[in-house]
Amino acid sequence: MAEREQKKKPAPQKQDEVVEEEVPQASETGEKIKAELDDLLDEIDEVLESNAEEFVKSYVQKGGE
Amino acid sequence: MALHKVLGIETEYAILIRGAVDSNPIAASSVLINAYVNDLARSAAAASTPKVGWDFEDESPGNDARGYAPEGTMAPEIETHLVNAVLTNGARYYVDHAHPELSTPECADPRTIVVFDRAAELILRRSMTAANRTLPPGQEIVVYKNNSDRKGNSYGCHENYLMDRAVPFGRIVTHVMPHLITRQLYCGAGKVGSEASGVPVDEVPFQLSQRADFFEEEVGLETTLKRPIVNTRDEPHADAQKYRRLHVIIGDANLSEVATFLKVGTTALVLSMIEDDFLPREFTFVAPVQALRRVSYDVSLRRPLELTDGATVTALEVQWELLDRAKKFGEEQGFACIGGEDVGAEVVRRWEEVLTALETDPAAVADQVDWVAKHRLIDGYRERHGLSWDDARLAAMDLQYHDLRADKGLASRIGLQRVTTDAEVELATVEPPEDTRAYFRGKCLQRWGDAIVAANWDSLVFDIGGDPLRRVPMMEPMRGTKAHVGSLIDECDTAAELLERLGT
Repeated sequence: MAEREQKKKPAPQKQDEVVEEEVPQASETGEKIKAELDDLLDEIDEVLESNAEEFVKSYVQKGGE
Repeated sequence: MALHKVLGIETEYAILIRGAVDSNPIAASSVLINAYVNDLARSAAAASTPKVGWDFEDESPGNDARGYAPEGTMAPEIETHLVNAVLTNGARYYVDHAHPELSTPECADPRTIVVFDRAAELILRRSMTAANRTLPPGQEIVVYKNNSDRKGNSYGCHENYLMDRAVPFGRIVTHVMPHLITRQLYCGAGKVGSEASGVPVDEVPFQLSQRADFFEEEVGLETTLKRPIVNTRDEPHADAQKYRRLHVIIGDANLSEVATFLKVGTTALVLSMIEDDFLPREFTFVAPVQALRRVSYDVSLRRPLELTDGATVTALEVQWELLDRAKKFGEEQGFACIGGEDVGAEVVRRWEEVLTALETDPAAVADQVDWVAKHRLIDGYRERHGLSWDDARLAAMDLQYHDLRADKGLASRIGLQRVTTDAEVELATVEPPEDTRAYFRGKCLQRWGDAIVAANWDSLVFDIGGDPLRRVPMMEPMRGTKAHVGSLIDECDTAAELLERLGT
């Protein structure tokens, strides 16, 4: 366990408390992912199936394997 | 020493025919595959036409690894009259039940299998384009890489691992069971709600796995009903005295390359450790089927699972133990069994990275783990629009995550990390892996497709005119590689010359 504890990332910190150079790699990745998610949510309505209810209802497969 | 884990993935894709009043998924799957094969035949780039039929001579899906004789009670699993093509990359592309299915060629390491899994997606995408040119205006075939229609119908993404026949099957069951139950943590593809009866959406708004709802037994031969966590199909497609092929049916089809890499890489390592008796600790769950669902239904990843010795563990604790053993295994014996030190170290590194993140900050692996990516996307949308979890828009997003159309698939827009490059995936649509018998299969099809009348995993059948048909057996999955037969194939001008030099 001890070996693992040392490898854990620091807890996520608020951005305004952190000098930019010191942002850990993982948090940087996290921020990037979050920004991408926000962008994706912004544009997602154009991509989504227009009639969700009908789409879900008509999505029928036969069992396989 | 653990045997080299030759690997394969078989994926059944979901198929929809949109804009048609009456649609037949079997016919649509045939149209899809035929359109691709015909397109290849027309393209100048194709060295030969993959019109070769599949050879069912050695298929015996009813054999049971626990040692039972086939009882003849199982319905034939393969409908032999349907489209069945062998591609020059060594893959098999066919209609199975009511789905298009693609089985990758045999691969010798978990990174190569990701390349061929992505190549399979590209082949399906091109098949859609080709098929849709032949359909009436307003109709479209759309393929999804998922495992459930959200109405209780499930279809599989099966993995295959070559193992040593000498290992007692009971030992495999004991140690692979806890891995298969807990690896969902990082290879679950995620699902909104549950399809198990009596599980309301407020109880399980979102779960880790597509498949956990459909498993009812611990060990067994079935794949379509009463599905078992450990499948006992005993059909090695290789020398049965030396090998077994462990057929893993429980996995989700992954869109994330990292997830596929870890799914196959960790499982191949666990199986190698089973062969070498390297797992001292047994995690025997009181109720494995319930444990499987308990893990899948718990996005907090904290719920304890009861063991028969009275203790409890979490899924993460099981995975940490397996990772710790895998590291020691690598230090003591090396990773040759899964393709070498580099790929082995990469499996261990990524395994540790996802476990660390899942324990502390799962969002950090939203670009690596499908269920995390899907959950963040759908939960983000839900919060933004103030929706409840049973809203059809969320179910639609769940399905659309798996849409293989480049402009529609949500997974392809979310910035998932890559393990492969576009160039190697493109190449893998036509070129076989160089380090397994798939090389011999693929290269012979490229060079002498017209002389090959049938192919399957462990043989090729040639017709060189005049003489009786000649079967070339390939019972050793790690022979027939480029190192073994590359120069021989290059030196031969005709199939007859090849057969003569092979001495068949």
